[in-house]
Amino acid sequence: MEKVFAMPEAMKDAKTLYCPGCGHGVAHRIVAELVDEFGLREKAIGIAPVGCSVFADLYWNFDVISAAHGRAAAVATGMSRAKPDCFVISYQGDGDLAAIGTAETVHAANRGENFVTVFINNAIYGMTGGQMAPTTLVGQPSTTCQLGRDPSIAGYPIRVCELLQTLGGVAYLARGSVDSPKNVMATKKYLRKAFQLVLDKKGYSLVEIVSPCPTNWGMNPPEAMKWLKDKMLDHYELGVFKDITAES
Amino acid sequence: MSEKIPIGEKVLMKGNEAMGEAAVQAGCMAYYGYPITPQNELTAYMSRRMLEEGRIFIQTESEIGAINMCYGTAAVGERCMTSSSSPGMSLKQEGISYIASASLPVFFVNVNRGGPGLGNIAPAQSDYFQSTRGGGHGDYRVIVFGPTNVQELYDFTMLGFDVADKYRMPTMILADGILGQMMEPLVLHEYKPLPDLPSKADWRLGDPATKDPLLVTSLVLDVPGMEQRNLDLFHKYEEITKNETRYEEVDTDDADIVLVAYGTCARIARSAMEQAREEGMKVGLFRPITLWPFPSDPLSKLADRVEHMLVVELSLGQMWEDVRLATGLKTKVHLHGRTAGGIPGQADIVEHLQKALDSKSDEIVRNF
Repeated sequence: MEKVFAMPEAMKDAKTLYCPGCGHGVAHRIVAELVDEFGLREKAIGIAPVGCSVFADLYWNFDVISAAHGRAAAVATGMSRAKPDCFVISYQGDGDLAAIGTAETVHAANRGENFVTVFINNAIYGMTGGQMAPTTLVGQPSTTCQLGRDPSIAGYPIRVCELLQTLGGVAYLARGSVDSPKNVMATKKYLRKAFQLVLDKKGYSLVEIVSPCPTNWGMNPPEAMKWLKDKMLDHYELGVFKDITAES
Repeated sequence: MSEKIPIGEKVLMKGNEAMGEAAVQAGCMAYYGYPITPQNELTAYMSRRMLEEGRIFIQTESEIGAINMCYGTAAVGERCMTSSSSPGMSLKQEGISYIASASLPVFFVNVNRGGPGLGNIAPAQSDYFQSTRGGGHGDYRVIVFGPTNVQELYDFTMLGFDVADKYRMPTMILADGILGQMMEPLVLHEYKPLPDLPSKADWRLGDPATKDPLLVTSLVLDVPGMEQRNLDLFHKYEEITKNETRYEEVDTDDADIVLVAYGTCARIARSAMEQAREEGMKVGLFRPITLWPFPSDPLSKLADRVEHMLVVELSLGQMWEDVRLATGLKTKVHLHGRTAGGIPGQADIVEHLQKALDSKSDEIVRNF
């Protein structure tokens, strides 16, 4: 009998610690499937950031290093420069990449560092218990903006792909979502392109994944998915923002 | 320097550049740095030499970026280095803490300037506590060399890379603005690694030869696991204290009083010692070469037969505390400390030596 669906080799057969309805599991799996697809398991190094995905090593069946909060892009730089044969995947959340790690992110992108960044945007700090993220929507409540994000106090939700778009070292930028099978497939396609560009040594490649966090949004999983579609995708437009190999 | 480096020969070189060349000779594959005075010559030197050698040089976005690039490069098993001066070293402490916990070998240099805060760019030793107590958060230590001249900056840079690899831990040079900036003759010794340096094959990331996935992390949530990790580090530190403690003793055999000083201060103290001996005082010099591990045992032994010690440092009693801890109540430990760029003169030290020798039995003499 033909086997049509199996656990990726790059994934461990582990029980998930993520909450019901969390987007990390899907994102982890897409990464693992692509690691298998490109035959990279033995030379891949995943970076587990500070945040819920700090335990990515429980799920990924390849080398993992945990980085200090916000420093993943610098750690990725240090690894990919010193061992260009390695395939470095920097997996980061919104607080990590777009708040405390903004400097490392912008400068790694601008230098065109050759690694893949998977950027999980769930508009909240997950692990620390639902604080406001740089990507929290205007009006969205969190434990540190209990009356909803007020731009006069806390500024506006940062669109990371658009922010990085002007930088010379960037090879590829795209934003996907895990709200539907169609968008999961599109996200995997974006990430496949990012993998290919990094394998081709084209430089900094980032795929942002808009992802639900039902627990910290105070919703059940179906409500969270609906809120993501209705509210987040209204602010965070899906698609490819930069592709240096695209026909102009 | 010319493009051809005259290895084995005597040359005239700036301290900051001597450390850079030693790192190149010792096989440093990546240098990451951010501009800050008074260590800029080191970064500038590496920007050319590393590229000449086909190695990695990045002027980073910050000191934080630089130390985290070191964390990454060390994790894939390559030798790497960063350097800075005091305010920049404060920024690096976060990364050093992670490097210590993850047991990664990284070598770095602090060309100490006056502080706290932005302070000034004058020479100081006021980062002694930061260097010898770990510096960042958590329970750990860093191996600290305190060279006294440009030759030692060169030699201890080479040794620093080896020791970092041998014990898989952060290792540093604590210099000061004078040592970094001055030119002195030195012999560019050929790099000869320590024998039996351990292989990195069983822990470096991204190596296809490793069968099972590896994890480099400093996160251990279960209390017994994290406690055991720290205990393992401290067992290693005991080993290092036993094997790597370095110091120099000069004319201590007949001494009534012993000067204790390191780095730049040890040079001034030595001149003061010679002058004081000419004036009839029986003075010796004890120079810690490793600041951590601190040479507590030899100092303690010295305290059994010496009535007075005078600590001379470019800080207000930081090493003085270590000397007092090492010697207990066995001897009187006096202090001549200057700060924020103030330098003790030879005559000041001689005067202080006389005051210490003349002090009442329960009196500790300090210059402030």
